[in-house]
Amino acid sequence: MATVQENPLSVGLEHLPIDPTTLVIFGATGDLARRKLLPAIYNLAHEGSLPAHFEMIGVARRELGDDGFRDYAGEAIERFSRRAPDAEVLRALLERVRYVSGSLDDATTYGRVAELAAELEAGAGVATNRIFYLATAPGLFEPAIGGLGGAGLARPERSQARVVVEKPFGHDLDSARALNQAVLDVFEERQVFRIDHYLGKETVQNMLVLRFANGIFEPLWNRSYVDHVQITAAEDIGIGSRAGYYDNAGALRDIAQNHLLQLLTLLCMEPPVSLAPDEVRNEKVKVLHAIRPPHPEEVADMAVRGQYHGGTVAGEEVPGYLEEEGVRAGSHTESYVAVKLFVENWRWAGVPFYLRAGKRLARQSTEIAVTLKPVPHLAFQGPDAAGAAPNQLVLSVQPNEGVSLSLVAKVPGARIQIRPVNMEFLYGASFLSQSPEAYERLIVDTMRGQATLFTRRDEVEAAWAIFDPILRAWAGDAAPPTAYRAGSDGPEDAARLLERGASWRRV
Amino acid sequence: MATGVSVTPEVAWSARGTTPKEIAAALSRLAGDRDGGRPLAYAPARVLNLVTVVERARRDELVERLERLGRLHTSRTFVCVISDGERRDLDAFATMSCELPSHPGGLAVCRERVEIELGRGQLSRLESILDPLLVGDVPTVVWSPGHREAVDAMLAAAQVVLVDSGEQPDPAAALVRAAELAHEAQVVDLAWLRTTPWRERLAAAFDPPAQRDMLARIDCVTVRHEPAAASSGLLLVGWLCAQLGWAGRGRLAGDRGGSITGSADGPENQVELRLEPVDGQSAPGLAGVTVGGPGGSLSLDRGRGGLAARERRPDGRERAWTAIGASRGEPGILADGLRAALSDDLAYGPALRSAAVMLAA
Repeated sequence: MATVQENPLSVGLEHLPIDPTTLVIFGATGDLARRKLLPAIYNLAHEGSLPAHFEMIGVARRELGDDGFRDYAGEAIERFSRRAPDAEVLRALLERVRYVSGSLDDATTYGRVAELAAELEAGAGVATNRIFYLATAPGLFEPAIGGLGGAGLARPERSQARVVVEKPFGHDLDSARALNQAVLDVFEERQVFRIDHYLGKETVQNMLVLRFANGIFEPLWNRSYVDHVQITAAEDIGIGSRAGYYDNAGALRDIAQNHLLQLLTLLCMEPPVSLAPDEVRNEKVKVLHAIRPPHPEEVADMAVRGQYHGGTVAGEEVPGYLEEEGVRAGSHTESYVAVKLFVENWRWAGVPFYLRAGKRLARQSTEIAVTLKPVPHLAFQGPDAAGAAPNQLVLSVQPNEGVSLSLVAKVPGARIQIRPVNMEFLYGASFLSQSPEAYERLIVDTMRGQATLFTRRDEVEAAWAIFDPILRAWAGDAAPPTAYRAGSDGPEDAARLLERGASWRRV
Repeated sequence: MATGVSVTPEVAWSARGTTPKEIAAALSRLAGDRDGGRPLAYAPARVLNLVTVVERARRDELVERLERLGRLHTSRTFVCVISDGERRDLDAFATMSCELPSHPGGLAVCRERVEIELGRGQLSRLESILDPLLVGDVPTVVWSPGHREAVDAMLAAAQVVLVDSGEQPDPAAALVRAAELAHEAQVVDLAWLRTTPWRERLAAAFDPPAQRDMLARIDCVTVRHEPAAASSGLLLVGWLCAQLGWAGRGRLAGDRGGSITGSADGPENQVELRLEPVDGQSAPGLAGVTVGGPGGSLSLDRGRGGLAARERRPDGRERAWTAIGASRGEPGILADGLRAALSDDLAYGPALRSAAVMLAA
């Protein structure tokens, strides 16, 4: 007989039990909720992954009422779900949905949330965990946290409360520290789930498996064999309707400070003792601490910012950044950033890590390319050996999730001609399952209290500390960002960051 | 937005009186002809080989089930159709289709289907016929609804055997057969996979620590099932017995009404076990389950939008809720079967052994 400490019926199940949960979404009528959260929750319901006792409360300013919000949520799910919704499942889910209309600046809003959550818990007849998901504008994070604390929602007696904070977590080091303090005045760190949805992507999680479950890479994974690393997040789209946010943020805050640094830490971290949240996050923080922030005078040599002008993307004429609707006239906000960083520890000392992110580039591509050093002596000489190139391991996050390893091989024929070839692993070709949306995985982890894929306080602050000098230098620089043509690979100026004859990979 | 799967037009090849060598050469040619005029990059699927063997009379039914898998295609699927009469050669046709990428720069993933018509006398040589055609270094799954000889012939080349214990008229014999196969290969049983949502919901219901203590005091289990799905019910009971430590002490026997009853020794109680056929259910599999203990019970039954749960507590209070989830339908269960072929199921073996032992007692 198994002990009562473990649930013997859980052995071998794909969907493990989750404690009863009430999910409260603040900003429930916003873009994130509509496009990502509500469809993700539907898909979890469809697959039977929600807790048996699950309730959802939407909170937003809009006057909707329960039925109005159910209609809104149903339409969002119909439009944005990755699978066509099953009418009966959708109906059953929406029956669990309630709505509170109110401003997040108004303390009575939280009181009504508390009353409704208590009513739902009483109806379920079981102690129910509460998750407060802040899918709001960043400026409302602190009022919401304060409101939750004021209403006594942060420390329930019979269950767990957790808060999910979306990015951007602050806009610089000082504001991140202040926000952390505000959050931790109300919640304990174990209750806080700072979300970076990149960490919910299959390929990103696969980085841990690739590194720590394959013996082939570890001997090469260091400064002796790695020449340099390029981490790229290229988008072919512009800023769309996000000018209000993006023009105050820019590419460094929007992508590099969070997504790209997360990829870098997973790539560089030492093997954790286990996948327990703090074991993994301890190792990631060590990497961030090993990156020396640039001195002010070094910024120009370590970072390049760019801004797109009009051009052609995928055959269509597109406007320049300054012509986008909602962008301030003469804005110096960067739509492209490239940064060179060094992880100054025993494993990585001297290896340049090049990070770049941009909008309106030639195409969408997110990847990590690890370039190995060339062989010490190439026996094949002359023009036939011109195709010899260092091996590259490319971890592709999108659009093709997978891993490829470039080798050089002999071209068939009488001569020994050499050219690069690829060994490829593609998720779409190697597994039967469709990858779930990153938000589905992360919402389940939140309900389970599993924080491995969420960022910790010190991690967020260490990430900001790296880029704060760059942001300050740019803020004091009257020169505009370097121009690049929409549909290109970014500003040519970015090439000056590269060392030892390296070149940027094509986007 | 929900999106459908678009595929390139199939390229096809067929021949009568052919050989495995010619089929292999044709598959290579199809790979070269696959673009259909579209400038795409292609990647062959590297998931698994699926070998199906079926009598001619059931060919269309099987092909329809495979087609309803949608995007969950294997790398190379073989449909081996057994025809009556003696023959020494093969008739074959092969198709290749490629799933178009949903984004620019994506790769088209290609999969092949090979249909081979062979004589009954060739079945014993099936492994040598198919071996040259299998995609290398990926698992091979054999599925032969109602055709034991074909499974036996393929065991040397297959790592996984897909069975449906629910298709056998005698559930006891079906479970014994599955247990025998489990000595030779990994067994994936669709009858077991039909119990998955029920097992997940039972596990969830007893997950809170206060409820978990109740597991030791369970004194009755009733499983309601579609009349042909007694094997799913037996596997569910076997699972409870194995996971809760009742295995090896229980016994089950059928009665004239189609029910199977018995008992097992739990840690604190004797547990009464009952499997009841339920008429009127169109879907194969379970119809409901009730687990009871001193003064309380939990029932799960099929409902709209999920499983209808009803709990009666020892203090007399009752609660009812819907455990939300979509029915996978038979295509979804077959797709789960193929997915299960790529991973280990820690609970199936003990459940199968427990059920088989109790039936034999």
